[in-house]
Amino acid sequence: MAYSDKVLDHYENPRNVGSLDKDAANVGTGMVGAPACGDVMKLQIQVNDAGIIEDAKFKTYGCGSAIASSSLVTEWLKGKTLDQAAEIKNSAIAEELALPPVKIHCSVLAEDAIKAAVADLKSKQVGSKEAA
Amino acid sequence: MSDRAPIYLDYSATTPVDPRVAEKMIPFITEHFGNPASRSHPYGWTAEKAVENAREEVAKLVNADPREIVWTSGATESNNLAIKGAANFYAASKGKHIITVATEHKAVIDAVRELERQGFEATYLVPEPNGLVDLDKFKAAIRPETVLASVMLVNNEIGVIQDITAIGNVCRANNIIFHVDAAQATGKVVIDLETLPVDLMSFCAHKTYGPKGIGALYVRRKPRIRIEAQMHGGGHERGMRSGTLATHQIVGMGEAFRIAREEMAAENERIRMLRDRLLNGLMDIEETYINGDLDHRVPHNLNISFNFVEGESLIMAVKDIAVSSGSACTSASLEPSYVLRALGRSDELAHSSIRFSIGRFTTQADVDYTIELLKNKIGKLRELSPLWEMFKDGVDLSKVQWAAH
Repeated sequence: MAYSDKVLDHYENPRNVGSLDKDAANVGTGMVGAPACGDVMKLQIQVNDAGIIEDAKFKTYGCGSAIASSSLVTEWLKGKTLDQAAEIKNSAIAEELALPPVKIHCSVLAEDAIKAAVADLKSKQVGSKEAA
Repeated sequence: MSDRAPIYLDYSATTPVDPRVAEKMIPFITEHFGNPASRSHPYGWTAEKAVENAREEVAKLVNADPREIVWTSGATESNNLAIKGAANFYAASKGKHIITVATEHKAVIDAVRELERQGFEATYLVPEPNGLVDLDKFKAAIRPETVLASVMLVNNEIGVIQDITAIGNVCRANNIIFHVDAAQATGKVVIDLETLPVDLMSFCAHKTYGPKGIGALYVRRKPRIRIEAQMHGGGHERGMRSGTLATHQIVGMGEAFRIAREEMAAENERIRMLRDRLLNGLMDIEETYINGDLDHRVPHNLNISFNFVEGESLIMAVKDIAVSSGSACTSASLEPSYVLRALGRSDELAHSSIRFSIGRFTTQADVDYTIELLKNKIGKLRELSPLWEMFKDGVDLSKVQWAAH
């Protein structure tokens, strides 16, 4: 399969690989996909007191496009608010990486991972406000 | 590194033509171009003599009579000719049931499927998890109307060697024609058709350092096995396979098989040493699984699954070596190997498998490079893998509720 230079770059030098403390109150974790389907993405975001994403980490089991899609969104997420993060569309990811049609699902999965991480963080924030 | 050609470790896909073979072939393209069927002039006589010499070399490697060797275009054609030819010839007297194995080459499976479309019934035996056929299960599949059985000698993906003698004896006792696909076996295991209870055997040249596009079918003379021709024309090859003989290809196959006969004992020792080195190096990596029995196996093949690493990214990671993957990466999806699935391997493990096949021109340096590359890349991909992280944290991945997509 012929990949774009951007996909190859993210595959060879993935950005922000790693894990954040999933139990921390200011960390949201999204895990999407299934091993049997060949893709599992784990995306984590950490917000500061102002509600801005200050760190993002990922781990991905999947093809080169899946690795590149998740690596790219960790770069995009930093500096965004949760609402801005939730607006990231798979089409923008696919366009930036020049994904071939058969790999569009990788960008969809990355969008799903962002939404899952944001939802996880928001549910934690609601929970902590109720507790307070 | 990536600027040079990848290290070739895919000898089970095809082998380079041995330079000694190529040298023998060339005069039969240029000066000795005659048609071996031409009886009226020396051009034809020279070509015919070369063809018959080659037939003798092929027969010698497998201890057969040269008159039992029929030239074909390769193992796919040999398999089709044997299976369709014998099934159709004997169906009227015996019946219309065929036994084969789920891990056979597609040229066997699809030929049997075609016969099913024509009204035959077929049993596709599932091998044991080690890839070998259980003899009792084979016996249980036999019916009074079983006309033909087809079992390969050496498997192309996992290299396991089936017990052809035992299966053949059962076939003899039940009056079943027995075909064996030996495309992956020549030059790797000793084949003695004088003693083997086999009626039909398929060969090809290009897995044994000969050219592509040439093969042969062994058709037993005592007792005589009859097959219906699939290619009609000038009645070449005693009517079993018409078509002008490709003299240069045939000369190449003969020379390749002569070299195999003379050198296989020493060559296999060297290859076993390299295989063991590769095996020991790769088994240092955690969570690796060998596919197929290790004892009943040709030394040329090593098929290993690397857990928690996705198949396509694994292929990308090992682009500096030319290997074959358990995942056929088509444009739309990854299809796990049907052979590994038949052994009961999960989709994930089937996807993340690599077939390393070693051959005549593989060096120890090639093997050492491969071990280092794999250690490196598997480590890197696992650092990226959330599944590896969960495994290391003691999470039982089979108990996780995944959201299928």
